[in-house]
Amino acid sequence: MSKVIVVTSGKGGVGKTTTSANVATGLALLGYRTVAIDFDVGLRNLDLVMGCERRVVYDFVNVIKKEASLRQAVIRDKRVENLFILPASQTRDKDALDVEGVGRVIEDFRAAQFDYIICDSPAGIERGALMAMYFADEAIVVTNPEVSSVRDSDRVLGLLDAKTRKVETGERVKTHLLLTRYAPGRVAKGEMLGYADVLELLGIPLLGVIPESKAVLQASNLGTPVILDPTADAAQAYLDVVARFVGEERPQRFLDVPKRGFFSRLFGEPTAYAG
Amino acid sequence: MRGRTMALFDFFRRSEPTSASMAKDRLQIIVTRERAVTSGTPDYLARLKQELLEVISKYEKVDLDRVSVNLERNHGFDVLELNIVLADDSPPMPLPRPRAALSAPRS
Ligand SMILES: Nc1ncnc2c1ncn2[C@@H]1O[C@H](COP(=O)(O)OP(=O)(O)OP(=O)(O)O)[C@@H](O)[C@H]1O
Ligand SMILES: [Mg+2]
Repeated sequence: MSKVIVVTSGKGGVGKTTTSANVATGLALLGYRTVAIDFDVGLRNLDLVMGCERRVVYDFVNVIKKEASLRQAVIRDKRVENLFILPASQTRDKDALDVEGVGRVIEDFRAAQFDYIICDSPAGIERGALMAMYFADEAIVVTNPEVSSVRDSDRVLGLLDAKTRKVETGERVKTHLLLTRYAPGRVAKGEMLGYADVLELLGIPLLGVIPESKAVLQASNLGTPVILDPTADAAQAYLDVVARFVGEERPQRFLDVPKRGFFSRLFGEPTAYAG
Repeated sequence: MRGRTMALFDFFRRSEPTSASMAKDRLQIIVTRERAVTSGTPDYLARLKQELLEVISKYEKVDLDRVSVNLERNHGFDVLELNIVLADDSPPMPLPRPRAALSAPRS
């Protein structure tokens, strides 16, 4: 049975595409047949973050409009087995997505025995975002510890409880909170909302905390999801997230300022992540 | 000695609320309000309030402004909160006695 997962947030630029790329890669590394679909029609990015932008020929909208087959449009990742990408169209707008067409594509992926179908939602709460969440079984709500992001996430949680197929059949979309760009140092100083506050406000289970990390920017510069560089802090955080997602219990990390060793305290070596 | 320790603690304690704690307070208010609006508060709330008031005012003097009916939606559960402040100046009205109590005991 395939699982459809939407990565959504309401607010833009909080880390949805980064999370889609890393969670999809992480699931594939565990051996699950996984596809990541870019729903950000007109502003496609997932292909860049995953480093396959030069291999895009046909896209999601071509498939919906029956101008290309799914087989022609889906890109197989070169580094990780079991990992596939369906890029968004760069030239159309989000109205090119309709329930029927999106539903057909999702059904085709189910029929092709994919374990996970990751839907990278565009920002906002308009058509594109609604299409990305409509068929979801579960949702990863990406939130930054910051007022407008938390408010938008709450709004999106309301939509997940109202505008999905699950709800129409009397079920609920299972929701997970992913706090990204977290800077424990700033939380300790009282400059940034802490994870406990965000959890209390949104009232959904915490899937994980991804620290603010230079490695993420570097990874997208290279077109290699950060999770493929296990020495990076954000990679470890995403590996934990993926493990938890498939049911493994792992204690939360990256919640607090890393303890500095004797030497770094003496010489003021910068901590592993900004803060 | 004790005073000294306290002073030391006070020195380290943050007196001003941090901007993060202000953010949390503001969010708590706005998020609760928006949940009520966007999640479709049932339209019977106003009627419920009115009818409750009619029932309660048979027994107690109540002020319309001091009754609040609130439905809070959290993800997963709803809380219906009813808050009635009774006027404190008047003694409770005598309850209408059940008829049976007035009639003479049957023998
Ligand atoms: N943990 C992190 N640490 C540092 N930078 C990050 C982190 N996560 C994401 N970023 C950066 O934030 C920016 C936005 O990330 P991303 O594109 O994933 O967000 P998005 O939610 O998909 O945006 P949009 O709403 O435009 O689709 C990117 O430059 C990315 O490199
Ligand atoms: Mg994006």
